[in-house]
Amino acid sequence: MAQKHRLRRTMMFIPGNNPGMMRDAHIYGSDSLMFDLEDSVSMAEKDAARQLVYQALKTIDYGSTEIVVRINPLDTPYGRADVEAMVAAGAQVLRMPKTETPQDIIECEKVIAEMEAKYGRPQGDTLMMAAIEGALGVVNAYQIATSSQRLIGIALGAEDFCANMKCQRTTSGAELQLARQTIVVAARAAGIDALDTVYSDVNNEEQLLYETRLIKELGFDGKSVINPRQIAPVHSVFNPAPKDIEKAKRIVAALKEAEAKGSGVISLNGKMIDKPVVLRAQRVIELALIAGIISPAEVE
Amino acid sequence: MKNPIGHEIPEQIANELGLGIYGVDKDPRVAEKDTTPLVEREYTNNKVVESIEEAIKMCGLKDGMTISFHHHFREGDQVLNQVMEVIARMGFKDLKVASSSLNSVHAPLIEHIKSGVVRKIETSGCRGHLADEISRGLMEKPVIFRSHGGRAAAIADGKLHIDIAFLGAPCSDTYGNASGVCLDEEMQAKVSECGSLGYAKVDAQYADKVVIVTDTIVEYPNAVQSIEGTLVTCVVKVDSIGDPSKISAGATRFTKNPRDLMIAESAAKVIINSGYFNNGMSIQTGTGGASLAVTRFLADTMKAKGITARFALGGITGQMVKLHEQGLIETLWDVQDFDTEAAASLRRNPGHHEVDGLLYATPFDRASILNQLDIVVLSALEIDVNFNVNVLTGSDGVIRGAIGGHPDTAKGADLTVIVTPLIRGRIPCVRDKVGTICTDGQYCDVLVTDVGIAVNPKRPEIKERLLAAGLKVYDINELKEMAEKVVGKPDALQFTEKIVGVVTAPDGTILDLIYGVVD
Repeated sequence: MAQKHRLRRTMMFIPGNNPGMMRDAHIYGSDSLMFDLEDSVSMAEKDAARQLVYQALKTIDYGSTEIVVRINPLDTPYGRADVEAMVAAGAQVLRMPKTETPQDIIECEKVIAEMEAKYGRPQGDTLMMAAIEGALGVVNAYQIATSSQRLIGIALGAEDFCANMKCQRTTSGAELQLARQTIVVAARAAGIDALDTVYSDVNNEEQLLYETRLIKELGFDGKSVINPRQIAPVHSVFNPAPKDIEKAKRIVAALKEAEAKGSGVISLNGKMIDKPVVLRAQRVIELALIAGIISPAEVE
Repeated sequence: MKNPIGHEIPEQIANELGLGIYGVDKDPRVAEKDTTPLVEREYTNNKVVESIEEAIKMCGLKDGMTISFHHHFREGDQVLNQVMEVIARMGFKDLKVASSSLNSVHAPLIEHIKSGVVRKIETSGCRGHLADEISRGLMEKPVIFRSHGGRAAAIADGKLHIDIAFLGAPCSDTYGNASGVCLDEEMQAKVSECGSLGYAKVDAQYADKVVIVTDTIVEYPNAVQSIEGTLVTCVVKVDSIGDPSKISAGATRFTKNPRDLMIAESAAKVIINSGYFNNGMSIQTGTGGASLAVTRFLADTMKAKGITARFALGGITGQMVKLHEQGLIETLWDVQDFDTEAAASLRRNPGHHEVDGLLYATPFDRASILNQLDIVVLSALEIDVNFNVNVLTGSDGVIRGAIGGHPDTAKGADLTVIVTPLIRGRIPCVRDKVGTICTDGQYCDVLVTDVGIAVNPKRPEIKERLLAAGLKVYDINELKEMAEKVVGKPDALQFTEKIVGVVTAPDGTILDLIYGVVD
C-alpha cells in the first residue's frame, strides 16, 4: 500500500536486470527498494528488465518495504512503456530521473493518470518522486517539489549533477553543499521528503558514515544505498540515540502532565520547555517507534 | 639353562610365566646397541626408506587390502595421488581406499578405479570430477560415506580395518614423530603447516602398518608430535606433499557477503536467547561463511555479559583463536585447522590442544568431546520440513560435498542450529524432502535462514524462549512455501536404479542411499 508519509532512511538500488538481487532484496531491511530501469540497464536489455521488474512486483511479496521504480525519461523510447508496465504492476512510487522543470513532472503525471485509468488503479494511487541531477533542477527545486500532489520527495543524484557542474566528487562534499541545502529547504517548504544521493564505495564505511551524518545534520530524511552492507550504518545515523529517546520520553511525559493540569506552560526539572523542543521530542519518539527501537507500550 | 650373562634360568619357570629367556629368545625387533652419537645416528639408523615403492614393499601390501589417507591437506594434497600412482605401477588390484575425505584434487583416482586398482571407497565426502563420475556409476560397489566420528569409531571397532595407512605429514623426524606444525623456528617458513592431524591420528593408532609421507625431515626430536614414532612403520621423504598455498590455507576472513552476515547475526540472536548461552558453555561452528561468522556476533555479547566459553571444538579458525587469546574461550579442542593462524596457535597457545577423531566424535563413548557440546552451528545444502539435512548431494543429485562431523555434532550438541539461505540461485533450500539424508532431523533443533527462523517441534521450550525474546519464529512449512512462491517447486530428479553411495549414520548403520544420476 502506497503511503505518502513514511520512514525513508534508506532506499536500496537494485538493477532491474538482476533477478538474483530482486528476488529477496527486502530481507535486508531497507525502508524502500528502488528497482532501476534506467542507468544500470543497457539499451539492449531495457525490455527484458521492464518485464523482469513487472513479474517481480506481481509475484514477490516485499512485505512492508516501499517499492519504487526508476523509469527512463519520457523523451526516450522506453519511458512511456516503463510507466505503463509499472502502473499495471502496482509499483507504489515511480522515480523520475533527471528532473529539470516542473513540466517534466506534470507530463509524466499525465501518462501515469492515463495508465491508472487503463489498468483500473484509483486515480492518484501511484506516487512519484523526482531526482534532481543537474544545475537547472536545483534552481527549480521548489517548483519541482510543489508540481504534483503525488510527489513523496525529491532526491539528489550527485554523479550527473557533478558532471553538469563540471566538478568532481570530494570527500568533504563541498561541491554538493548548495544543491543539498537547496533540495532540503525546497522539500521542507513543500512538505515532502529530501533524499540524498548514493555513496558508491561499499568498502569505505567510514566515509559513508561521514556523508550520512552530514546530510542528517542538513535535515535530509534518508540516503540511497547500493549494497545491503550500507543499510545498517545509515540506519545507525538516522536512528535516535538511546539518551535522546530517554530525554524525549521525559519531555513528552511533561507535555502530558501539563495538558492534564490544563496548563499552557510545559516544564521539566524546573525549566520551561519551548514548543520546537516539544516537536523535536515528538519526532524522536515517532522515529524510534517506526524504527522498532521502542515499543508503543513504553510511551503510553 | 644359563643365560648369556651366566645366571641359571630354569626353562620351566620361563614357560610357566610365558616369558622368554634373556639372550636366548631374541626378538628380531630389538636393535643392537648403537654407539654412534645421536647427530649421526638419526641419519644412519632410522625409519626412513628411499621411496614410496620401498615403503609399500616393507609394509607388505597385497591385492584386496585396505589403505587409508587423511584430508588435512585439503585441495593441496598430493600424497594420495603419488602413492596411488606407485601402487598402480606396481600392479596391485582390488584395493579399498579409505580416506577421511576426498577432494577435487583426487580426480586421478578415476583411472585407478577404471583399471581395477581401486575397487572400493570409504570416505566422508567427495567433490569435483571424481564425485561426478561416481554419481554417473563409475564404481561397481557403492561408496560408503561415514561421518568423521563414525569413521573413527568404525576404525577403532575393526569394522573398517586399515592394513596400511599412508599419512602425509608437514614434518617428521627420521623416526616418524610426525606433526602438522613445525616447532623448529628456522624450518617453519619451509613447512606447509596444516595444523592438527586429528583424523590421521586414529589411522596411525589402529592401522597394521603406518607410512609417514613428508617433504620435510626435521632434526630429532620432533617433540610435540601428532603421530608418535612408535606407531610408524617407516618414513618416506618425497619432493613435495602438495601445494603449500592450498595446504596452508590463508586466514579465514569473516565473510563480507551481506546475506551470510545476516544469517550469522540471526543465528547469534537465536543462540543468545536459546537458554544455552551461559557462562561455561561450549560451542562449535561448522564450515561455511555464515556458520563461521556466528562467533563474531556472539563475541560482543559474551564481552558485554561477562560470559566465557569453557571450550570450542572441531575445525578451528584464526577467528576462534582470537577469542581464545582474548580469554573468551578457555580451551580449543582442535581436530582440524581451517587456516594458518589456527595452525600457528596450535604451536603457540598452551590452551589449544590437538585431539583425535575418536576423542572428538565417537558415538560410542560418553567421553567423546561432542557429547559435552552445548551449541553447534552447521550449514546445510538443503533441509526438509522434518529438519532432515543434506550436505552431500547437490540439487542435481550429484555428489558434491562431505558429511564431515555434521551428524555427529548435531546429535552430540544440546542445541543444533542449522544455517542456510532460503534460496540458492533458483533452488529452494527448504524442501518437502531432501535429496540425501545425512543428518536425522530429530537432532536439528533450529533452522536459521535469511528470511526467517523455524524451530523443530521437538524443542518447544526453545521456541518459547525465542518468542519471549521477541524473535519471530515461523513454521518450517511457511518458510518452504515462501521459497516456492519465488522460485517454484523444482521437478523431481531422475535417477538410475544403481546405488552409487551409501550414507551411514555415526553408529555405522545405513541412513540413506545415493542413486546414480541420469545424464
